[in-house]
Amino acid sequence: MDLEREFEQTVAADHRVEPRDWMPDGYRATLVRQIAQHAHSEIIGMQPEGNWISRAPSLRRKAILLAKVQDEAGHGLYLYAAAETLGADREELTEKLIAGRQKYSSIFNYPTLTYADVGVIGWLVDGAAICNQVPLCRTSYGPYARAMIRVCKEESFHQRQGYELLMTMMSGTEQQRALVQESVDRWWWPSLMMFGPPDAESSNTEQSMLWRIKRHTNDELRQRFVDMSVPQAAKLGVTLPDPHLVWNAERGHHDFGEIDWTEFWQVVKGAGPCNAQRVEHRRKAHEDGAWVREAATAYARKKEQAA
Amino acid sequence: MDNAYDGLTDAGEEKHWAFGTGFTAALAGVGRDIPAVDRDSLTAYCLMLGDDALVYSQRLAEWCSRAPELEEDVALANIALDLLGQARLLLSRAAEVEDAGRDEDALAYLRDERQFRNVRLVELDCGPGPGGDFGTTIARLLVFSTWRLAVFQRLVGSADPVLAAVAAKGVKELAYHRDHAAQWVLRLAGGTEYSRERIVAGLDKVWAFTEELFATHPIEAELDGVAVDPAAARAEFDQVIDTVLSAAGLERPRTTQVAALAGQAGRDGIHTEAMGYLLAELQHIARSMPGAVW
Amino acid sequence: MTRSSWPLYEVFVRGKRGLNHVHVGSLHAPDDEMALRNARDLYTRRNEGVSIWVVKAEAITASSPDEKDPFFAPSGDKVYRHPTFYAIPEDVPHL
Repeated sequence: MDLEREFEQTVAADHRVEPRDWMPDGYRATLVRQIAQHAHSEIIGMQPEGNWISRAPSLRRKAILLAKVQDEAGHGLYLYAAAETLGADREELTEKLIAGRQKYSSIFNYPTLTYADVGVIGWLVDGAAICNQVPLCRTSYGPYARAMIRVCKEESFHQRQGYELLMTMMSGTEQQRALVQESVDRWWWPSLMMFGPPDAESSNTEQSMLWRIKRHTNDELRQRFVDMSVPQAAKLGVTLPDPHLVWNAERGHHDFGEIDWTEFWQVVKGAGPCNAQRVEHRRKAHEDGAWVREAATAYARKKEQAA
Repeated sequence: MDNAYDGLTDAGEEKHWAFGTGFTAALAGVGRDIPAVDRDSLTAYCLMLGDDALVYSQRLAEWCSRAPELEEDVALANIALDLLGQARLLLSRAAEVEDAGRDEDALAYLRDERQFRNVRLVELDCGPGPGGDFGTTIARLLVFSTWRLAVFQRLVGSADPVLAAVAAKGVKELAYHRDHAAQWVLRLAGGTEYSRERIVAGLDKVWAFTEELFATHPIEAELDGVAVDPAAARAEFDQVIDTVLSAAGLERPRTTQVAALAGQAGRDGIHTEAMGYLLAELQHIARSMPGAVW
Repeated sequence: MTRSSWPLYEVFVRGKRGLNHVHVGSLHAPDDEMALRNARDLYTRRNEGVSIWVVKAEAITASSPDEKDPFFAPSGDKVYRHPTFYAIPEDVPHL
C-alpha cells in the first residue's frame, strides 16, 4: 500500500508528518495520547507552584513565579492545539483528564511544602522536562515538534529562574540552606522517575522510536539528566540523596542507585500524595467556569443571528 | 535570516517569558528628582497608588489555574502582572522618597495592616474564593480599571517625573484591562439568563465601594500639581461606566455605599475584615524568616 | 448545563514591519473579538506594534501537501477540521 510506504519514507527521511497526511491509526492514537498527557501535565503542573504565588517572599519572586505559572497555561494551550490537529478536542481531553481516563506526569502528584520547592522544581523538574522535551523539537509529527520549540524556549528560562532562586537561598541564612537541601532530598528521586519506567519494562518505547515520535529511550534520557545534574548540584553546594551516585570513568557516565519503582507505580496508579487533590482542583475550575464559557457562546450566537 | 518568527521568540527573550522581571529598565532614562513637596506626604501618596496595585494584583493572581478557560487564565495573569509591575515601581518610589533605608519588599512585607493605604475595593474577595465569582471579578475589574485609568491619565502630567512615567506606562496597560472587563460585561450581560444575574450581582457588590474611590484625601489635596484629585476623574468614570452598561443593557447599580469609619477608610489604613487574611498570606514567609535573602 | 466548546481560531502574527504574517498557533475563543485579544495575550505577550490576524479554523480551505486526498478514507471529518498549523521557516534556531 503506497500511502503507508510514503508515510514510512517520510519518517525514515526525518521529514515531518503534517496533519493532512495519511498516517497509521496507531501513530495517530499514540500521538494523541502522548500530546494530551503532555498538555495535561502542563495544566496540572500549574498547581504545585501556583500554591506559592500568594506567599512568594519578595515582589520580584512573585512576578517571576506568576509569569512562570502563566507560561505553563500557555504551554498546555499550545499542546492541546497540536492534539487538535489530530482530531482531538480540548474539551473532550479535559473531560478525560477529570474522569481519570488520561494521565499526566506523576511528578505533579507530589506536594510543594516550602518555598525552596519552587526553586527545586525549576532546577530538577523543569530540567528533567527539558531533557525529555528538547529531542521532541525534532519529533516526526510537525505540529507537535513546532509546539515543542516554543515550549522549550520558555522552559530554559524556567530552569534558570529555579537555579537562581536556589543559589540565592544558598547564599542566605543557615535555615535557607537547610530548606534547599531538604527540598532536594524530597525531589531528586521523583525527578528521576519522570523519565518513565526502565527501557526493559516500557511497553511503548520501541514502536514510538520507530515512528520517531520518541527519539531516545527512557534510560538514555535519565542518564543524561543525572550527568547534567551532578555538577550543578556541586556548584550549588547541595548533596544529591544517593550514596551510590559515582562517576564511572569506563562508561563515561555517572552510576546511580536503584529507583523505588514500587513508589513510582503507586503514584501512577493514583495513590500519590496529591493525585486526588490535583484532579479535583482542575475539575472544579472547569465546572465552575462552565457558565462563563456557555455565556460567551450564547452571546456569540445572538450576535451572529442579529448580523 | 530575518523572519517573523525570530521577532516573536528571540527578541528580548528575557521579557518574553517573564516580563515583569526587568523592572529597573522600565523607567530607564526617567529623572529621579523629587519635587519640592512634603516628603511624608509624597511617600504616602506613592503608597496609596502602589498599595492599590499590589493588593489587587494579589487578588487577581488567585485566579491562576482557576479561570473559566485557559485563555482567560493567561489574560487574568497578564493583568495581575501589569499591576504587580506598577506596584513595584510605586513602592520603590515611595522608598526612595522616604529615604529611610526601606525598599519595595520592606514596604510590601513588613508594614502592618493600618499602614496600608489601598482603597477597600481592591482587598475584597470577589472570587475565585467564596466571596464572589467570575462575574464579581469582572465587575471589579471594570470599576477599578476605569477609575485608575481616569486617574492615571491625569497623573501623566504630575510634577513628579517618576509618577508621571509610571502613569504613562500604566495608561496603556489599564486601557487594555478596562477593555477586557468591558468585553466580558457585554458577554455576561448578553449571554445567558444566569450569566446576566451573575454580572448584575457582581456589580451590586462592588458598587458599594465606589464612593470611596472619588473622595479627595487631604494628602491628595495637599500635593497640588503632583497628585491627582480623584474627584476630578469622576465625570469620565461615570461616562465610561454608563457607556459600557448601556451597551450591555444594564442599569447602574443603586447599592448603598459602604461608609467610612469615623471619616476614615482604606486611604487612612482602615480596611475590611478581608485585609488581615490577605496580608497574613502575602507576608508570612517573608516575616517568618528574618534575615533571609530571596 | 450544556457543554459549549469555543471554536478554534488560527493566529497569524506580523512580528516586525516589512514581514508577512506568519502562522504562530491556535487558540479557542467565543468570537472574533475575544480571539484577537486572547491572541495578543498568548502569542505576543503584549509586544506593542505587532499586527495580529485571527481566523476561525473552519473557515480555512486547505490543500493536502502530498495531493493524496482522493485516496485515503477520512476517519470522520473532525480529524481534518484543523488543517493548518503551517510550518515555521526552516531557519528558526533550535535550542
